[in-house]
Amino acid sequence: MTETTTQKPIPVTVLTGYLGAGKTTLLNRILSENHGRKYAVIVNEFGEIGIDNDLIVESDEEIYELNNGCVCCTVRGDLIRVVEGLMRRPGRFDAIIVETTGLADPVPVAQTFFMDDDVRAKTELDAVVALVDAKHLPLRLKDSREAEDQIAFADVVLLNKTDLVTPEELERIEATVRVINPSARIYRTQRSEIDLTKVLDQGAFNLEKALENDPHFLEQGEHDDHVCGPDCDHDHHHHHDHDHDHHHHHDHHHHDHGPSPIHDVTVQSISLRGGEMNPDRFFPWIQKITQTDGPNILRLKGIIAFAGDAERYVVQGVHMIIEGDHQRPWKDGEKRESRLVFIGRDLDREKIERTFKACEVQA
Amino acid sequence: MPTVAPLDLEGHVVSVAFLKDVPFFAGAAGTIHRLDQGHKTTEAHDGLLSLAYDEASDTLLTGGEDGKVMRISADGSATPVAETARKWISEVAAGPQGAVAYAYGKTTFVRLGDGTTREFPEERTVEGIAFAPKGLRIAVARYNGVSLHWVAMTGQPIDLEWKGAHTGVTFSPDGRFVVTTMQENALHGWKLDAKPGAETRHMRMTGYPAKVKSLSWSAKGKWLASSGAPAAIVWPFQGKDGPMGKAPLELGTRGNTMVTTVACHPAEDIVAIGYEDGMILAARFADSKEVLLRRPGKGAVTAMAWNRSGRQLAFGSAAGDCGVVDIAG
Repeated sequence: MTETTTQKPIPVTVLTGYLGAGKTTLLNRILSENHGRKYAVIVNEFGEIGIDNDLIVESDEEIYELNNGCVCCTVRGDLIRVVEGLMRRPGRFDAIIVETTGLADPVPVAQTFFMDDDVRAKTELDAVVALVDAKHLPLRLKDSREAEDQIAFADVVLLNKTDLVTPEELERIEATVRVINPSARIYRTQRSEIDLTKVLDQGAFNLEKALENDPHFLEQGEHDDHVCGPDCDHDHHHHHDHDHDHHHHHDHHHHDHGPSPIHDVTVQSISLRGGEMNPDRFFPWIQKITQTDGPNILRLKGIIAFAGDAERYVVQGVHMIIEGDHQRPWKDGEKRESRLVFIGRDLDREKIERTFKACEVQA
Repeated sequence: MPTVAPLDLEGHVVSVAFLKDVPFFAGAAGTIHRLDQGHKTTEAHDGLLSLAYDEASDTLLTGGEDGKVMRISADGSATPVAETARKWISEVAAGPQGAVAYAYGKTTFVRLGDGTTREFPEERTVEGIAFAPKGLRIAVARYNGVSLHWVAMTGQPIDLEWKGAHTGVTFSPDGRFVVTTMQENALHGWKLDAKPGAETRHMRMTGYPAKVKSLSWSAKGKWLASSGAPAAIVWPFQGKDGPMGKAPLELGTRGNTMVTTVACHPAEDIVAIGYEDGMILAARFADSKEVLLRRPGKGAVTAMAWNRSGRQLAFGSAAGDCGVVDIAG
């Protein structure tokens, strides 16, 4: 067969964050640390990247709206071209990093890796990483929707410059980030210092790996006082017990984070929990909701327990794009429940909760 | 029986061409190979992105990841035409009187024969450049259409508008039509002699299952062959309205693979069709008769070119397995 079909897809990490949040610092660390991997980096401007590297490519952000009548179907034309060029000379790098401008909308970047057939054939979106300047986040949220979108859309959030704020401020900021995005992994950093294995090679968009790496998917949100820092090593047992304690009144618990009581946050998230689902109801439902509410949905992720199905089913989506697949068998003793989170704006929580519930298998 | 003289190279082949009947093969890494009494090479770029054949001078123009535009002569010598540090030169085109067009970002540059360079800014990124067959005029493909510029004159460009991303552009050999490839699976054409704003000005050529990456005008420009389907899709351009209201020919249809490259014969109404699996067929427009030129290979056919007499066809692939087909054997 052809070369393209035998090549393993190259993982792509998208780096977002407002101007001054520490993206360049992180990039310089990725490019200079001795991790044995080679990265091609697509930047908007060479700017302050201090490293001379042939594989840093400058690219002008070029948004394409697709002619299919859908306003949210946007991709980045420049990425299509640059990725095509890079992939003609594979073997020079192991992965690609896309750095976006401070004001960039992460959605077209991510959608490029789903909606362009050529790009999709050769690469695979690995994760969207957002850097957040802890000191300036409240200000950013006041004056820009992009800062909020970047957090809402991220798989990993680096809460950076934590040395510039008090512990109390930091708690507040982290709670705000958590409100905007209950499913992201959050790490506190200074000068973008982070174990790179927590940022790169996450497989966040890979249905096989995404939720496997995230054993506490949707669990953090249950405890408003519980936030994950860089040293926060969730103890499985603790969590397990904790869940048990609450089961008697937490069954089918729908936890909602929005519209937020926090000032300047316009993104809302809807976390759904339910029992086993009827696939004949669930699939038409998720299709319909992503068709009708797609423009308002930034991300959705979930694990679904289908009645009579021995395997966990995972779904994820960006706007109107939705993907799903079986992931792995349910483990012995694992609670067969369905969990789904929607992050977006102007979502009708009552309707989504009600219609989600209607997909459950009737006892 | 056609015979194939193979040439096995490393890596993706961007383009192939004949200069003075010597076949040239341009690899993505930047080395240009030629079969001129043995296998010879020219190191032209650190990363080669684009290549155009300059018929007037029988030379090649190349653009690279190294920001250079080079002219390659039949003896393999490379002469710099222009250089811009760290920019990818993803488009080059050859014009009359030694003019060379190239682009990066939102600007097209035309270097004239006398050494002066003119700049043509666009509002969006330049994705394709073509010189008109007559006169010093360029068409620039960009988001939402094409800009037509007279190179030697100052003045407003003519905008050919059509919503969407246009990724490449070509003039018909008689200069009456401009056709673009699009990000969506379609071609778009404009009839230049129709009144601006008239509905008949537009030609939509749709129905492709994949993006069209290769276009080739037949001898005398009567047909336009295209990739992007399991067959070569060949649109009739003989009439005054081009292909409007007419069905295209579908040549060399195969069930399990896609056409990736097309190259029309320089004299006959025949097209060479390169496929994703490396196979190459020749098909005749008149009766759809097919001849196998090359069996499937290691990679998708990425480039093909006929020599002037139309007896030989050079080809290159995404995996580096290249060669020259001799039609007469």
